[in-house]
Amino acid sequence: MIFVVPDVLLLALLLATAFAIARLGNLVAVVMLLGLYSLLMALVWVVLDAVDVAFTEAAVGAGITTILMLSAVALTGAEEKPRRRRRLSWVSLAIVLATGAALVYATAEMPHLGDPEAPVHRHVAPRYISESPRETGIPNLVTSVLASYRGYDTLGEVAVIFTAGIAVLVLLGRGFRRREDEE
Amino acid sequence: MNEHVVLRVVTKALIPFILLFGLYVQTHGDYGPGGGFQAGVIFASAFILYGLIFGIGATRRVFPSRLLLLLAALGLLMFAGVGVAALVMGGNYLEYAVFAEDSVFGNHIGIWLVELGVGLTVSSVMVTIFITFAGFGSVSGDTR
Repeated sequence: MIFVVPDVLLLALLLATAFAIARLGNLVAVVMLLGLYSLLMALVWVVLDAVDVAFTEAAVGAGITTILMLSAVALTGAEEKPRRRRRLSWVSLAIVLATGAALVYATAEMPHLGDPEAPVHRHVAPRYISESPRETGIPNLVTSVLASYRGYDTLGEVAVIFTAGIAVLVLLGRGFRRREDEE
Repeated sequence: MNEHVVLRVVTKALIPFILLFGLYVQTHGDYGPGGGFQAGVIFASAFILYGLIFGIGATRRVFPSRLLLLLAALGLLMFAGVGVAALVMGGNYLEYAVFAEDSVFGNHIGIWLVELGVGLTVSSVMVTIFITFAGFGSVSGDTR
């Protein structure tokens, strides 16, 4: 049972970070904690043997996102609006507890982690695993699925990123070109 | 941030390694964890680090905004263009096997080009967003 200790520790740290993020009013501290949260998530992915996802989580979630959020905070201000203290609403608490209980109840029906009989492992995954080395000759299955078998999805993702860049330029881009022309 | 000698020296020493690591992740996505997406982010982080330490103006001189926009569009066009090229050569959209006699080699070519497109778009969009955010206040002059 000793091998579950890191998992439990990681999940406890994740929960503690999430609570701290929800409670804090200083947005710079919140951004720092979000970066920490992503790093912890990256460790969870490593524990689950999903190193590609862990790599992305560490580079995007803990790295770039933190910087972008910090520069966004620099534009908006670092303090949250002070919240009025409100009485505990019993209706909200009941809804939250009921939803939580329903979700926990639903996990009982879910297949176990790594169960070879789980639906997700019986659909197209066996074909990718058995045929990918012959068809694409690429040792990293994740890359062959992302770039070849699921090429449409990845094309869509790149389009989303491009659109995000254009949207930021449309909203905030009035200084993007001007400075350079002046110099 | 001109007074922070340690930061400036360490940044200058680190940036080549970050760029090299980005290129490594870009080209070794087939064999290990990583690929265009992660490589683009790592590559962009080198320029963002440069911008944090040496200022946005210096970053713009390294990476002019026109070039950034061009590369972002070029990456996406490259990905979509590989699909069109597969169509022209008689395959389905994004079916890389038609690029070479040997379908495995064709897949290698297709995936390499597609990943390069992903890397180009991701890195230039990330730098664009950073420059836009960080340059916004200093240009308008009303914030900060």
